[in-house]
Amino acid sequence: MTPDLPTAKAGSTHLLEVRNLATRFATSGGYVQAVDGVSFHIDEGEILGLVGESGCGKSVTSLSVMRLIPNPPGEITDGEVLFEGTDLRQISEQEMRRVRGGSIGMIFQEPMTSLNPVLTVGRQITEAFEIHLDLKGRAARDRAVEILNRVGLPDPSKKFDDYPHQLSGGQRQRAMIAMAISCNPRLLIADEATTALDVTIQAQILELLQSLCDEFKMALLIITHNLGVVARYAQRVAVMYAGKIIESGTADEIYAAPQHPYTTGLLSSVPRLDASARDRLESIEGEIPDLANLPAGCAFEPRCRWAVDRCGIESPVQLPVRLSQGRLAEGTVHQVACWESENIAAGTALEKQPS
Amino acid sequence: MTTRLVGQDSSDRGGIGADSETNTTLSVNDLKVHFPISSGFLIRRQTGAVKAVDGVSFDVAPGETLGLVGESGSGKTTTGRAILQLQRPTSGSVQFRGVELTAVSAKQMRPFRSEMQIIFQDPYGSLNPRMSAGQIVGEPLTVHGLAGDKNQRRDRVAELLERVGMNPAMIGRYPHEFSGGQRQRIGIARALAGEPSFIVCDEPVSALDVSIQAQILNLLTDLQAEFNISYLFIAHDLSVVRHISDRVAVMYLGKIMELASSEDLYENPTHPYTRALMSAVPIPDPILERRRERIVLAGDIPSPINPPSGCVFRTRCPIATEECAEVVPELIDRGNRHQVACIKV
Ligand SMILES: Nc1ncnc2c1ncn2[C@@H]1O[C@H](COP(=O)(O)OP(=O)(O)OP(=O)(O)O)[C@@H](O)[C@H]1O
Ligand SMILES: Nc1ncnc2c1ncn2[C@@H]1O[C@H](COP(=O)(O)OP(=O)(O)OP(=O)(O)O)[C@@H](O)[C@H]1O
Ligand SMILES: [Mg+2]
Ligand SMILES: [Mg+2]
Repeated sequence: MTPDLPTAKAGSTHLLEVRNLATRFATSGGYVQAVDGVSFHIDEGEILGLVGESGCGKSVTSLSVMRLIPNPPGEITDGEVLFEGTDLRQISEQEMRRVRGGSIGMIFQEPMTSLNPVLTVGRQITEAFEIHLDLKGRAARDRAVEILNRVGLPDPSKKFDDYPHQLSGGQRQRAMIAMAISCNPRLLIADEATTALDVTIQAQILELLQSLCDEFKMALLIITHNLGVVARYAQRVAVMYAGKIIESGTADEIYAAPQHPYTTGLLSSVPRLDASARDRLESIEGEIPDLANLPAGCAFEPRCRWAVDRCGIESPVQLPVRLSQGRLAEGTVHQVACWESENIAAGTALEKQPS
Repeated sequence: MTTRLVGQDSSDRGGIGADSETNTTLSVNDLKVHFPISSGFLIRRQTGAVKAVDGVSFDVAPGETLGLVGESGSGKTTTGRAILQLQRPTSGSVQFRGVELTAVSAKQMRPFRSEMQIIFQDPYGSLNPRMSAGQIVGEPLTVHGLAGDKNQRRDRVAELLERVGMNPAMIGRYPHEFSGGQRQRIGIARALAGEPSFIVCDEPVSALDVSIQAQILNLLTDLQAEFNISYLFIAHDLSVVRHISDRVAVMYLGKIMELASSEDLYENPTHPYTRALMSAVPIPDPILERRRERIVLAGDIPSPINPPSGCVFRTRCPIATEECAEVVPELIDRGNRHQVACIKV
């Protein structure tokens, strides 16, 4: 289907490689195909941004990687999740528990779900030390306090003995981040980790995470709807819409020359700090489709001004972005799933008349 | 400010206290809102106060948008509520078209309640779940006697819904049947029903996705141009505030640190807090981001119960000296109506 991708069968040369992942939920309105054939990879020390609007399947993607999809109603129906060469879908639950919080850390979108209300913040970190690092007692405590300090929690040795409800929202979020990085994960998944925080705190945390990638070659998957955060920190970007990755590439490629009309629309919807005030924002018309009742063909077709007949019938596949002469740009990783993208780029696409 | 249609005579609204001499819709002076903290078991007595808003002053001209930006807990919402007298100020003055609202009784506030409206962040929480879209939008018409008979009321509701980009056929639906963006449109239609000349927009797009956020921001801009409404636009997102505002006030711990025209503030940020705040906001352009200066502030915002002495920002300020602990910096006009409260710059 995607002829230009490497077709290694088993194993993977990447730290994490997700292939053709599919996850759905049974609901009263039918199956919700929350993740629909998603593929991406991350290498050591790399930062990948997964962006898209609410409900497009970002969290379900990351929870599927961690095998934390509640079943029922959820179910991973297809795909491989290769981490350090092993398919996480094939290992036992016991082995998976060693991966979670060990070699893969995760910061969840809802902080209260991942903090245990009856354990002190410090105990939750030292518990992970016992399981994953065989570290106990005074040494464990010292190290936990040091990590709490690193995430910018004020008065860390006192906060060590506090219960989650004694912390403010922002402090709780930072305690969670401390837990996620405490066992030196090879990969950290940060699902809207800083969305609820003030920008000055967000900057503190993201600078810290970036330094962990630089110093310890930790890989970081930043999941967010904030296109600015991704531009600042990620080397590569994947854009999701209605359960699919519709465009991916280096951050420079995607921001300078977006190929999918949805990506283009998103980028021009965002007010920019450096843009002159009062320029009218280009907005994308309409709203996100209901995942239980997806239209045939491309899910973006109903909102797309460039859609042609084919778009409403046949689902577009991800293909490498070609230069105007049809060649691949050297070393490009830029891919897009749009039937009309080449015509749009060449200026030969026809705009749909508003009905 | 230059390209906007401002200064339209407000008396044609037939409103109360219309003062065609002054060209300000709203004038706020040394506004303070302190929430008492009491303790004691049998005999409760006040032992302190949360200084949520602590001496804030600004003006808003007709048809103008003043942006109010600041981090969580800086006092933005409390300022908005105190202007509308939903929270009575501890001291200071709030003049709306020449009328001192702090001296107006709750009963006398009635006519102002239609002229001054508020739009909330969480459209779901602010809409009555048991009322249909039509009832929600129509309620202010009845309360303020703005619609004649039943048919006129119905037509007006349909017109308002259409104006905010909704299909009037949805008139009978309930809040839970709408998306977040649609609920925000209903909230805006309801605010418009009172024919306001001033709206406090409290984080109206913070809960929305970017593509929907852009639709709502464009709608607010269009409505303002059409009806010459003044906005106090509250948000923590500087990019959004810059986009929508003519002038911007930066708040920190209940005080205004800097106030300037939108262009001026971004071209020439002067207060160290504004500079740090701006550098923390990422711009969706990776190549530009690699060149930008990053100022990372240490620590948290202090508690408004015990704000630092002198300048409230000094505990996180990269250029603070001992002097900053002693002197409370005044908000001083540095020319061109660019006001800054800092003794170091
Ligand atoms: N437990 C569940 N049962 C049914 N549907 C679910 C469940 N969890 C998620 N979904 C659906 O799966 C889709 C994808 O949800 P997901 O949480 O991954 O979105 P997201 O991209 O993370 O959005 P956000 O930006 O709002 O966090 C949504 O339509 C959601 O309603
Ligand atoms: N009714 C109240 N009683 C006591 N304290 C209050 C009350 N309302 C607000 N505060 C406090 O006043 C301060 C300012 O709150 P406010 O809601 O105005 O901030 P904000 O700038 O709107 O913040 P956010 O961005 O989180 O909405 C906060 O410390 C808050 O806890
Ligand atoms: Mg999510
Ligand atoms: Mg608020």
